[in-house]
Amino acid sequence: MQITKWEDSMSNTLTRRGVLRSGAVAGAGVALPTIFTGSSASAFTNEPTGDTVTLGFNVPQTGPYADEGADELRALELAVEHLNGGGDGGMLQTFSSKALDGTGILGKKVAYVSGDTQTKSDAARASAKSMIEKDGAVMITGGSSSGVAVAVQGLCQEAGVIFMAGLTHSNDTTGKDKKANGFRHFFNAYMSAAALAPVLSQLYGDERRAYHLTADYTWGWTQQESIAAATEALGWETVENVLTPLAQTDFSSYIAPVLNSGADVLVLNHYGGNMVNSLTNAVQFGLREKQVNGKNFEIVVPLYSELMAKGAGANIKGIVGSQNWDWKLENERGAKYTGSNAFVKSFGEKYGFPPSQAAQTCYAQALLYADAVARAGSFNPCAVGEALEDFAFDGLGNGPTTYRKGDHQCFKDVLVVRGAENPSDEYNLVEIVEVTPVEQVTYDPEHPMFAGGNLGSCNAGV
Amino acid sequence: MDAIILQILNGLDKGSAYALIALGLTLIFGTLGVVNFAHGALFMIGAFCAVTLSRLLTLSHQVLDESRKDFLGNPLKVDVPYVTEWFGETTGAAIIDWAVPLAILFSIPVMILIGVIMERGLIKHFYKRPHADQILVTFGLAIVLQEIIKYFYGANPIPTPAPEVFRGSFDFGVLLGFDPNAVIYPYWRLVYFGFAALIIGGVFAFLQFTTFGMVVRAGMADRETVGLLGINIDKRFTIMFGLAAAVAGLAGVMYAPINSPNYHMGMDFLVLSFVVVVVGGMGSLPGAVLAGFLLGILESFASMNQIKAILPGIDQIIIYLVAIIILLTRPRGLMGRKGVMED
Repeated sequence: MQITKWEDSMSNTLTRRGVLRSGAVAGAGVALPTIFTGSSASAFTNEPTGDTVTLGFNVPQTGPYADEGADELRALELAVEHLNGGGDGGMLQTFSSKALDGTGILGKKVAYVSGDTQTKSDAARASAKSMIEKDGAVMITGGSSSGVAVAVQGLCQEAGVIFMAGLTHSNDTTGKDKKANGFRHFFNAYMSAAALAPVLSQLYGDERRAYHLTADYTWGWTQQESIAAATEALGWETVENVLTPLAQTDFSSYIAPVLNSGADVLVLNHYGGNMVNSLTNAVQFGLREKQVNGKNFEIVVPLYSELMAKGAGANIKGIVGSQNWDWKLENERGAKYTGSNAFVKSFGEKYGFPPSQAAQTCYAQALLYADAVARAGSFNPCAVGEALEDFAFDGLGNGPTTYRKGDHQCFKDVLVVRGAENPSDEYNLVEIVEVTPVEQVTYDPEHPMFAGGNLGSCNAGV
Repeated sequence: MDAIILQILNGLDKGSAYALIALGLTLIFGTLGVVNFAHGALFMIGAFCAVTLSRLLTLSHQVLDESRKDFLGNPLKVDVPYVTEWFGETTGAAIIDWAVPLAILFSIPVMILIGVIMERGLIKHFYKRPHADQILVTFGLAIVLQEIIKYFYGANPIPTPAPEVFRGSFDFGVLLGFDPNAVIYPYWRLVYFGFAALIIGGVFAFLQFTTFGMVVRAGMADRETVGLLGINIDKRFTIMFGLAAAVAGLAGVMYAPINSPNYHMGMDFLVLSFVVVVVGGMGSLPGAVLAGFLLGILESFASMNQIKAILPGIDQIIIYLVAIIILLTRPRGLMGRKGVMED
């Protein structure tokens, strides 16, 4: 009966134009990458069928953030070791969720493949795509750039796999470019500014004139917007905001105008090599010794890391900024930040030096993904996403943390740090000035700085 | 006015780096006819000579300090440099502090050796090949060299400070009758400018006033005739390649305290230096120096907020804009010679 109906239908509609249209649609279907079509036997993209599950670690292995990428990869490899029951278990011992038991994920041994983002969006997408299509990666994590994170997050959304972002600090990642399949553990520019502003007020007063140098890309714009808004709310005046090209190496011609601008604070919305060079140039021009408006001239770097502090050398001394995590956190601020020491011990014993904040965020992301799968009882990205949404946890080094459902952003305490004046060794270049409680850095998902985006619905890929 | 003076000073030190790299590029092009895209890598290797010497001078043995703990809670291993043990605390610390100036002496033989090996080992095989082949092979060589440096030194910038005595800045404002702190300029950048002037003067004097230089200049003008006179011009040109490498290396050594060296710094300068060479005139040494300073100063002025308010983004295109205008009005560049790159 059914067949007859189909034949009837065919006889009624079978025209030359119809055949051509069907052929074109079928051709387009064949031409589509396999990640967008999938296999009809699977319930979702790259459903693991054997006794292993493959994770994709997409980190910068070449290019300017290669050192940060290497640290991320070390941490991710350590996470795999711990998930499979190796080593001392690291933060699995302190993680508040006990769904993981060191036997892999849902009984499947964890394997991984790695790709090189080169800190270029197109290269990062290509390597993520290859890991999904060729290697069957069921989750992608890692990265050290917001531009890359936004690009890879978009790809993972289309492909139907989970993206657990690495080091990405732009508001846009969980703002206008947020995606249902993407989750960020790292903090963002708004949180940095919210944490820094009260400390800046305390250290430098409420009547300041700030000159901003800003890296001309998504992260720089949102960082500048956030810190300007937070400091203006204190009463500071923003004298000027100058966008600097990402490829700039010598900032002397951008620093020189600061001298006669009437500003008494220079805010460097720069990261990585940009920050190392601009800070070095600013110090060379004697800004740290300068007095303007009867006040000492100050330099603020809203986001920096241990690796950048190392690159900046003595120039980082006394410079205030913010961090997502620091290896000394539990030692200095107590058991609230449990997990930090366990991770430092595992990482330090394996590699011989303490982990960076990039390493910690990637390690935490790998564990959080695995835990969500275990709690959901499925690798299906929609089930995993649901398990992560509004998930409150502790014991991963940052204190009590929540993955907010509304934008897939983690909310936790934020560290305000300062370059140490007399570091005891190369691992103590940064000192913790204050830990800003999570309540102070929390914002509404519809905050104007995060507006314009839509999580959309989860994509399982098939 | 104070802002203009500051940007002129800025342009001078930026121009110094451009001029030194462009000078080496022109020397190689003028003598060997090779377009050397690995020249930026030589600048980078020079900077890493400073890093290397700094590390050699701080070579240490470790002693356990039971009173202090490392990040794992074990007794802290404290590095004690051999230099301070051999020469005493004060002298040892002074030697380490002066690592960058000392690296000048260290880098000259190293860079000449690298230059000669590059020329004899690879580049000489491409003399008679089209410029496109030369560009491809030297560009590939540049990438290989920077990856080697990254392998050994990592991707992060490595701070390489100037000696303590040069770390402050000089108040030009007071000297010129402005308010204090209106025109201040880092000492090391002034040193860099003076050093560049010395090197440029030295290269010109070497070419102008020595027999060797005279032969090289003759060879640059008519290689074949000089060869027919029984002079081994190839050998002299190889030495010139080594000299050009040393000039690039010295520029890199002295640049290390200005911006922390990283493996990519050569590429950052390479394209701009080629523009400098083309604007100055292919094969013209004075042209390369003139264009280096001219473009350095123009680039600095284009970064002024007042200029960018009128012409947004001008700081990014000024060098290329000037290059287009000069090449349209003077196709051989500012001081280009007839017949060079015109066949």
